[in-house]
Amino acid sequence: MVQSQSSMFTGYAVDGVFDEVFAEDGATRPHYAELMSTFARLNSDEFAARSAARDQAFQDQGITFTLAGEERPFPLDLVPRLVPSDEWTAIEAGVKQRVRVLEAFLADIYSEGEILNAGVVPRTLVMSSAHFHREAAGIVPPNGVRIQVAGIDLVRDAQGKYRVLEDNLRVPSGVSYVIANRRAMTHVFPELFASHRVRRVADYPTRLFEALRAAAPPYASEPTIAVLTPGIHNSAYFEHTFLARGMGVELVEGRDLVCREDVVYMRTTEGEQRVDVVYKRLDDEFLDPLHFLGDSMLGCPGLLNAARAGNVTIANAVGNGVADDKAIYSYVPDMMRFYLGEEPILDNVATYRLEDADSRRWALDRAHELVFKPSDASGGKGVTIGPRSTQDELAALRVQVEADPRGWIAQDLVTLSTSPTYIDDAIGPRHIDLRPFAINDGSDIWVVPGGLTRVALPEGSLIVNSSQGGGSKDTWVLADDEPVLSADDVRNARPLQAPIMRGLSGPAPAFVQASQQQ
Amino acid sequence: MLSRIAESLYWIGRYCERAEGTARLLDVYYHLLLEERGIDETDACRLLLEIMGFDSSNGAIPLTPAGVTSALAYDPASPVSIMHSIENAWENARGAREAISNELWQTLNTMFQGTAVEAEAGVAMPHGFFAWIMDRCASFSGLAESTMSHDDSWRFLILGRSLERVDLSTRVLRAAGSTVLGRGSWTTMLRTCTAHTAYLRRYRRRVEPQEAVEFLLLDRLFPRSVLHVLNVANDALVDLDPRSERIGVIDEPRRRLGRIIAELEYTHRDELVPGIDRIGDRIQRSCADVHEAIAIRYFLQASAIQWSS
Repeated sequence: MVQSQSSMFTGYAVDGVFDEVFAEDGATRPHYAELMSTFARLNSDEFAARSAARDQAFQDQGITFTLAGEERPFPLDLVPRLVPSDEWTAIEAGVKQRVRVLEAFLADIYSEGEILNAGVVPRTLVMSSAHFHREAAGIVPPNGVRIQVAGIDLVRDAQGKYRVLEDNLRVPSGVSYVIANRRAMTHVFPELFASHRVRRVADYPTRLFEALRAAAPPYASEPTIAVLTPGIHNSAYFEHTFLARGMGVELVEGRDLVCREDVVYMRTTEGEQRVDVVYKRLDDEFLDPLHFLGDSMLGCPGLLNAARAGNVTIANAVGNGVADDKAIYSYVPDMMRFYLGEEPILDNVATYRLEDADSRRWALDRAHELVFKPSDASGGKGVTIGPRSTQDELAALRVQVEADPRGWIAQDLVTLSTSPTYIDDAIGPRHIDLRPFAINDGSDIWVVPGGLTRVALPEGSLIVNSSQGGGSKDTWVLADDEPVLSADDVRNARPLQAPIMRGLSGPAPAFVQASQQQ
Repeated sequence: MLSRIAESLYWIGRYCERAEGTARLLDVYYHLLLEERGIDETDACRLLLEIMGFDSSNGAIPLTPAGVTSALAYDPASPVSIMHSIENAWENARGAREAISNELWQTLNTMFQGTAVEAEAGVAMPHGFFAWIMDRCASFSGLAESTMSHDDSWRFLILGRSLERVDLSTRVLRAAGSTVLGRGSWTTMLRTCTAHTAYLRRYRRRVEPQEAVEFLLLDRLFPRSVLHVLNVANDALVDLDPRSERIGVIDEPRRRLGRIIAELEYTHRDELVPGIDRIGDRIQRSCADVHEAIAIRYFLQASAIQWSS
């Protein structure tokens, strides 16, 4: 039990979970000391004023999120989440390893299928995945990359150990909020950035652009890249415009594209212009009505054939969903041993496969202790948390699982770490996770320092997804190998010798001249 | 650039200009009614609606200052209201957000977000609302000028703004011939186009119908004179497609625009006041033609996917 004495933190209590700021004995963890001493000087009025400034800034810039049909400012908590550099080094290595192995897995199953032949991953499991697309077999990515962008969701268990909760390899979203959050925090809390050295996140669009360029078909020396969005009604539309603008490329909708003879064009004021790389921000199923949903108006008919003909690169690749299927997830450590001969740097959360009747019975008997997730859903949909469910809910779950064992996994309940969060004029503990974003350009995998920390805003809730009312925190990876300037350094710094400028002032106003003549 | 984005920019230009023009028109008329006792309120309201292309005969809109300002300013459902224009400009900008500068988007976004509050305050003090709209629109124009590259996207914005400005000036010109506004009608016309001061500086005497019309139609230097704006639009079209032919002009929008410019250039000044209706009608029709030609040349999207059996 921890009690803090500072006014805004009065009554802050954590029990039995790992808190990011306060250790079990109530002491502030060292890397948060500076932040906490600044916050201790702020009273409730000051918090309120800064929080209003933040909302106004988001509203003005139109950085909003659609929730239940209502457009609201993206919820950014005022208390940042800090990651010390040594912790980050391990996370970064773990995320890179994860992306490498998932790339290897996708390349394998869409060609020879060695891992299936070796029996390491069951063939039926792969073939039965809703996101295994036979249509994608035979599409060879020009630089071998299928996962241009990955979002690897991490959580911390009760001991504070980082674990991978799930992989997002289709259309991972949220990176625009990482950058927008940072910008907002520098406006709202400038003093904190003077006392902390935080690694920058703003390079993301440039890195993405380079990765998309590198993915272009070999014939295109100056490739034309376009971001494909479902349109303004998509909840992530802000992100699509943000990325297109950050990269200086066109943001297209399906209706802007046309495929002819396996070549993709966009309709411009100067006629049709060839497109070489499509960064798609919609689900595979909507991408190409010739191959998938015939009534989808969001995609462009012929896109997939153009990709197969090698005339366009689609990023992320079609069919990636099979590798972030939650039933496949439990095999990722096996994949590491098979493809890389390495042990995982970041462990999974303990996961139980339900296809085997014995383990299914075992898991269902302990349903009240475990978490059950649909294996092909994302965004926190359909998750049943055993200890927080009623008997009736668990009974219904058992029926569902028995009917479709392939469609479900069970996991140990990870409580998620907590972080102080400003809500309703007070600061209390809320559960958080972390989604680092990785970009693969074929020669290197780059991980944004930090990533999106998501917060479950209702007290005690473990669901952090923004589609279910989650918030976010700015995530600071501390670069403590570089010294922060002390106040003395700043005082003693020599001013720049500015050249003397001439001709900067015009003639004096007439009345001045007149008075000088007297 | 993408046809869809070009079309959005064109409409952002049109809607912002329309919002600004409507605000100024209402501001001038509203206060004119307060100051000039001799003007019949009902007639003036009917005239205002007619300028904006509203049919006032069915009585759906009360012919009172409050009824008319509601229809032309505050009512979002009314297709010519300021609210409606701002919302449409915003909607278009939302779909073209990556193509315009951050500053420009933010100005439009804050304008759209603030309109409802300002409109509420405007019911008690209309001038406050009109002034706010004009001010925001001026910010928009200034930021467009100073933060966007003057490339094709800029040209489409300018095209939209110009055609809308010509249309509005022409409507105001045609209304000035009406007897409803009394002797001051020509001055009102100039003020509605922010041309009063510029006129006085140019002619240095009281407003005469002949000169007022001439100034608003044909002055080459005043930024809201019809001829000036048409030339601006023409320049934008030339920049969009700079090819020149040995004979004639092939580019359809430019051909149509050039024709009306030539017609105005060579109109005798004596014809202006008596022919105001005919000339106004020609200008408005030509603008509609030019709009259509631009849409065909630059915006047209192929129809949605159709499966054939």
